[in-house]
Amino acid sequence: MRKPGPWFLTCLAIAVSAVSVSPAADPQILIKTIKSVGPEGAGNAAASDALRELTEYDATVLPTILDAFDDANPLAANWMRSAVETIADRELRRGKPLPAAQLERFILDDRRNPRARRLAYEWLLRIDKSASDRLISEMLTDPSPEFRRDAVQRFIDQGDQQVKSGEKSQAIATYRTALRGATNDDQVKSIAKSLKSLGVEVDLQRHFGFLTEWHVIGPFDNRGGVGLEAVYPPEREINFDAAYEGQLGEVSWSQHATDDDFGIFDIAKELENFKGSAMYATTVFQSDREREIEIRLGTPNSWKLWLNGEFLFGREEYHRGTKIDQYRVPGTLKKGANRVTFKICQNEQEQDWAQRFQFQLRVCDPSGVGVTQGPDVVQRKTEAPALEAIAEKGANE
Amino acid sequence: MRNVVCRVALLSVSVSMLCGADWRQFRGNDANGIADESGLPVKLSDPDVLAWSVEIPGQGVSGPIVVGDRVFVTSSSGYEQDRLHVSCFDVESGRELWHRQFWATGRTQCHNKMAVAAPTPASDGERIFAFYSCNDLACLDLDGNLLWFRGLTHDYPNASNSLGMASSPMVIDDTLIVQVENDSDSFATGIDIETGMNRWKVERKQLANWSSPTKMPAPNGDDLLALLQSSAGISAVDPLTGNEVWNYDEGASTIPSSVVVDDKIIVPSGGVSAIRLSPESTAPETLWSESRLAPKTASLLAYGGSVYSVNSTGILSCADIDSGKIDWKLRLKGAFSATPVVSTGHMYLVNEDGVVQVVSLEGSGKIVDQIDLESVVLGTPAIADDALYIRGDGKLWKFSR
Repeated sequence: MRKPGPWFLTCLAIAVSAVSVSPAADPQILIKTIKSVGPEGAGNAAASDALRELTEYDATVLPTILDAFDDANPLAANWMRSAVETIADRELRRGKPLPAAQLERFILDDRRNPRARRLAYEWLLRIDKSASDRLISEMLTDPSPEFRRDAVQRFIDQGDQQVKSGEKSQAIATYRTALRGATNDDQVKSIAKSLKSLGVEVDLQRHFGFLTEWHVIGPFDNRGGVGLEAVYPPEREINFDAAYEGQLGEVSWSQHATDDDFGIFDIAKELENFKGSAMYATTVFQSDREREIEIRLGTPNSWKLWLNGEFLFGREEYHRGTKIDQYRVPGTLKKGANRVTFKICQNEQEQDWAQRFQFQLRVCDPSGVGVTQGPDVVQRKTEAPALEAIAEKGANE
Repeated sequence: MRNVVCRVALLSVSVSMLCGADWRQFRGNDANGIADESGLPVKLSDPDVLAWSVEIPGQGVSGPIVVGDRVFVTSSSGYEQDRLHVSCFDVESGRELWHRQFWATGRTQCHNKMAVAAPTPASDGERIFAFYSCNDLACLDLDGNLLWFRGLTHDYPNASNSLGMASSPMVIDDTLIVQVENDSDSFATGIDIETGMNRWKVERKQLANWSSPTKMPAPNGDDLLALLQSSAGISAVDPLTGNEVWNYDEGASTIPSSVVVDDKIIVPSGGVSAIRLSPESTAPETLWSESRLAPKTASLLAYGGSVYSVNSTGILSCADIDSGKIDWKLRLKGAFSATPVVSTGHMYLVNEDGVVQVVSLEGSGKIVDQIDLESVVLGTPAIADDALYIRGDGKLWKFSR
């Protein structure tokens, strides 16, 4: 047998070299490693190696990465986002194509991860400016808040044009359509204002899913900040017939409702700005099925939240500002009556800017769309006792 | 061939790491706001010294940093401000070299004047550490490749502030020092820059704190200590372990940060105080305090034997660093959030309306030039390689001769 010549060895070296710069591992294995990242940096080292290898693939791997977002935790999603951006950016700079048709199919499949779909859309836009006109107008009720926002804005702009053209009835219809998809408060306010100027009132409380009717009890002691962690009787039982020793004497439950458009229940205004106090508010939410939701709330005060007796989250912070959806707490509604209990604490600061004692709380799906109570229960202020009766019945069953 | 490539790569890394002209973190490599670059232009109003200006995505009040031939800026965008950006530009041309985004995993609410991209990023010369008000922390190499990602509010869900957080991280050797101090789950942590994992995590006072860490030589003279400022005072910790070495408990501001010069620490405490740790003591002694030097938002600066502070009405005060005696005051235009920077006897101060005032520090201080950038500017400028970089609302400027 002849010995291999220099030419053959050179070819072999080139071949070996070519193989060595190609990704060695299956992208699915690399993605699995990346998706293993967890709290406090767990899995970072392995994920970093996997990411480096994954980004050596060309753009044909992008659909595989996008598919993998569905069950990725928020940390892993950022790693995979980086993989998509690194690959797509490099390939475009090299004049290479992106898999446009596959990206568009992925974008249109609203069962897939909303953020991954939006990421795919933004890269598709780089190579196809017409994608916006083609895709966005159909996304009014999309699970992605960003797609919805873009679609809603198109309808708002269209409604504004119709108002300018004197097409009042068409404008009302367009704004109503826009409202169906609107969840960001700036867009909802804008639509409601436009509709109001056309003689149409919007029930903002219902649109957002604010809880507006509460049983309230207090004050209990929070002087020196002891109240948030103290366990007062309403944390052990909800008994509307009971009376307890409170901060200023005996306390019992009373019923209240707020007519604020954004569901703000102002304790300082409705009751009193009890300094150094803890109050409890509770209500029942009817759900026609078991479902994952978010309880979103805003308050400048410290708070704790329970759903059906299970503690969900709490936070100690006073007078650092408040806004709609300031906090987002995931939870699971059961079918039927669900008891929501909220503890709110006021501190003893004397400054003018530290006197608010209020909260707003709504139930929505994880994308921010307000969830209203079951079809057999209409939440109206005048029917509060009846509502509570129905809810209590459900809760006891 | 591979060896040659490796050598070139190592050489470029070494050059990058040794490059004294970098501005790698809030207030520069030494966290003192000083870069004695002889060629920095004084007359910024001369149109010829505007090297370039570029649009940057989204919002942000963080300062730019410069590593080698690249300048890095962080920002945020989206209705919820939950898109986190890192942008990299070529220092020569201003051309964008790369741009990466992440999704916030922590809360993005902040005061209208603040922004999610409030902390200035940091670098060790090889990596960029982009940190945000939502306590997300991305580590990328200089080419934009993600090395690791942490979500500190994801890990510790009550670590947040509804007004926003702004403390800038700082690199000491192989540790990134991060202060996540707020009214609830308040802590400081030292993060291994290789892996992104905690080397240590210590509880801190439960009170909102926007000041940034700084550093100074340890009593042994060989190592560095991280100085963690809060309303309680200053805690000097070993950056590798988080163990406290000494403590100053006379209180300090929660917004402007301290500055170290030689063996003194100039602290926004009781107005302004100078403290020093004597070799035979375990706690620092106070050398002087001057209440009339109290700074508002901009951090303190010490240069040429003087201490400088900017108060709530825009008055720049200069005091003797050994006695605290106020030598002169100069009224400037506007309120300031950006910390001033200094080069070769001139201080560059950018007010919140984007008016840059250049003050000669000779004699009793004099404004020698000014230019209006017509943009909100809250981030501290950077100085590197005889150039001044200013980040405004959606724009980045480079001034150089």
